[in-house]
Amino acid sequence: MRTIKSKGQGQALSEATNSANALNDQTHRLPSLVLQASDEPLTVIEPSGTWNAINLRELWTYRELLYFLIWRDVKIRYKQTVLGAAWAIIQPLFTMLVFTLIFSRVAGISSEGIPYPLFAYAGLLPWIFFANAVTTSGNSLVVSANLITKVYFPRLLIPAAAVGAGVVDFAVAFVMLIPLMIYYHATLTLSVFLLPIPIVLTVLLTLAVGIWLSALNVKYRDVRFAVPFMMQFWMFLSPVAYPSSALPQRWQLLYSLNPAVGIIEGFRASLLGQPLKWTNMGISTFVTLGLLLYASLLFRKMEKKFADII
Amino acid sequence: MKAIIRATSIAKEYPLGASQNSYVTLRESLSAAVRSPLKRFKANQPAETIMALRDVSFEVSSGEVVGIIGRNGAGKSTLLKVLSRITEPSSGRIELYGRIASLLEVGTGFHPELSGRENIYLNGAILGMTRAEIRQKFEEIIAFSEIEKFIDTPVKRYSSGMYLRLAFAVAAHLDPEILLVDEVLAVGDASFQRKCLDKMEDVTQAGRTVIFVSHNMPAITRICPRTILLEAGTVAFDGSSPEAVRRYLGSGMGTNAFREWKNIDDAPGNEIVRLCSIRVRTEDGQVCESIDIRSPVGLDMEFEVLEAGRVLVPNYYFINQEGVCAFGASEHDPEWRRRPRPTGRYLSTAWIPGNFLSEGTLIVSAAISTMDPVIIHFFERDIVAFQIIDSLDGNSARGDYAGPMPGIVRPMLTWTSQFTPSNSSPKLGGSTI
Repeated sequence: MRTIKSKGQGQALSEATNSANALNDQTHRLPSLVLQASDEPLTVIEPSGTWNAINLRELWTYRELLYFLIWRDVKIRYKQTVLGAAWAIIQPLFTMLVFTLIFSRVAGISSEGIPYPLFAYAGLLPWIFFANAVTTSGNSLVVSANLITKVYFPRLLIPAAAVGAGVVDFAVAFVMLIPLMIYYHATLTLSVFLLPIPIVLTVLLTLAVGIWLSALNVKYRDVRFAVPFMMQFWMFLSPVAYPSSALPQRWQLLYSLNPAVGIIEGFRASLLGQPLKWTNMGISTFVTLGLLLYASLLFRKMEKKFADII
Repeated sequence: MKAIIRATSIAKEYPLGASQNSYVTLRESLSAAVRSPLKRFKANQPAETIMALRDVSFEVSSGEVVGIIGRNGAGKSTLLKVLSRITEPSSGRIELYGRIASLLEVGTGFHPELSGRENIYLNGAILGMTRAEIRQKFEEIIAFSEIEKFIDTPVKRYSSGMYLRLAFAVAAHLDPEILLVDEVLAVGDASFQRKCLDKMEDVTQAGRTVIFVSHNMPAITRICPRTILLEAGTVAFDGSSPEAVRRYLGSGMGTNAFREWKNIDDAPGNEIVRLCSIRVRTEDGQVCESIDIRSPVGLDMEFEVLEAGRVLVPNYYFINQEGVCAFGASEHDPEWRRRPRPTGRYLSTAWIPGNFLSEGTLIVSAAISTMDPVIIHFFERDIVAFQIIDSLDGNSARGDYAGPMPGIVRPMLTWTSQFTPSNSSPKLGGSTI
């Protein structure tokens, strides 16, 4: 390049175009796939309708970016902290201690024959993952404003990555369960093989709520303030600190419409060898999938305005 | 040649004021709904919108390098955003026959806490590279960035120069069929800018299709054979770059030396101050595009202060044909120095002395700023232009030399000379003859 610059401008320019032309001639001469492929546009940009399908194939082609976004979130989460990843354990552990003191000792809530600390920890594990991941996921789009206005990729990856990073914390906190179970002489039963079902449901429910809130947050910044409240209320409406059997029978059906009910109960039951309530699990699955579908479609609808209003 | 980009009458409409107050709170939405409950049922409500792009059509062939120029707000960035799918067009259709990558900023997604190495992977993935691709080009990227030693240091400890070099190194190794580039070259020091330009030329020679948005006219004419000129969201010209640049500088009032905004709401500025007009003139008040090198050049800036109480400093930047900034200058009228301005209309004139600038075209950018705290109320690039002409009658600094003379300035220096004749025993010679 430096040699060309010493020549006249026009000359450099014509040389540049000549070599570009030469290269194109080459591609024309080859009966290559490139030419065949370029008969159909690779991408068409058009104003889309109000409701759009979720483009799963596109999400799949961007899976590596999802991986990198999760990896980034995990890497930076505990940078410049003294305790590092121990925070993932401290949060459920100390909440468990407080719950044990208040609900078990003071309020005398029963825990279906399971030692209360173990009961609470098994409920807090999925709940804290859910609450934290929903919060970070709900803020994720607003925090990534610079990405959204500068480069294209499926926006769904942003809230999804925030949930993905939460899974790592969940795994760390899960490890703490082992000494607890040994200490309280809890025995595993065959139902532990069902554990993946409530875990997958937890992740899906987190995705649904996170995606929904993140999209709303772009337009209504109230979300940021509403989420902590919402999570607090939701926790007391879910069997985290108490068993659902503590509720009168006539409220059970309404109660189980909260998708967290079946999930948390299922998680605890398959871990601690209690009988599973399949009806509640079924309702939770149904509600979770419905929420996820609705949230994704709403997200797709709002997505095209993100860059303009964020 | 085969078209790789085909854009058919694309338009983009923004709700007015979308750039400020971009998000609403729920309360605002609710109160708006309460105030006019029927609003959403009224058909074709004439909402206040601004057309950032209208009826823009063009085709780009494979391997072509196309520049896009236009004034602030002409729609250049919007066009790039639509092409790169960051925002959707309101109508129209674009067909892309190749993999596209956009470079609207260097270092998009860089995280200050991550190391250089980690950021290469992250940024590469965000720009659309696969992990295998990044791994394959990793050594090359590090070599290009010249920061091998600091590759495992968090980028927050980098100097801004190192940061830019690393960011550009990643971007320079993108390998799409179509590359969209926006003014990334406007950052960094001169040597870095040259490196970027060289790389851009490499890319264009490799047969890549490139769309290049810039305010750097010399770079545009050097890199792009063809340029699209946007004016108020439409294609005003599409053709050879020198012609596009000429039209761009000449757009406005038919002369490059005068520009005026009749409607104050469209004028550059904000709620505090707005620009009314800019003119280049001679001492006798004539608007003039070509000025003799020996005469002073006056630049009138007329502006209206809409909100009293701020110290406002008009300033100019003068850029020559090579894209080099000759100098900048701020107003220093003692009357208004550090003094808040009352509302009203002002005319501020700067005089460039005669026998100061070199011959050639100078492009003027104008701004009004407040220094403490720093607020730039507007910064209009390439607002007017004028030519300095050096007549060859021997009265300027070039004297009787008629060849090309380099240099940004051509001052008349004060020359003194002392004469000592040879054979300093003069009386002797005289008497002998």
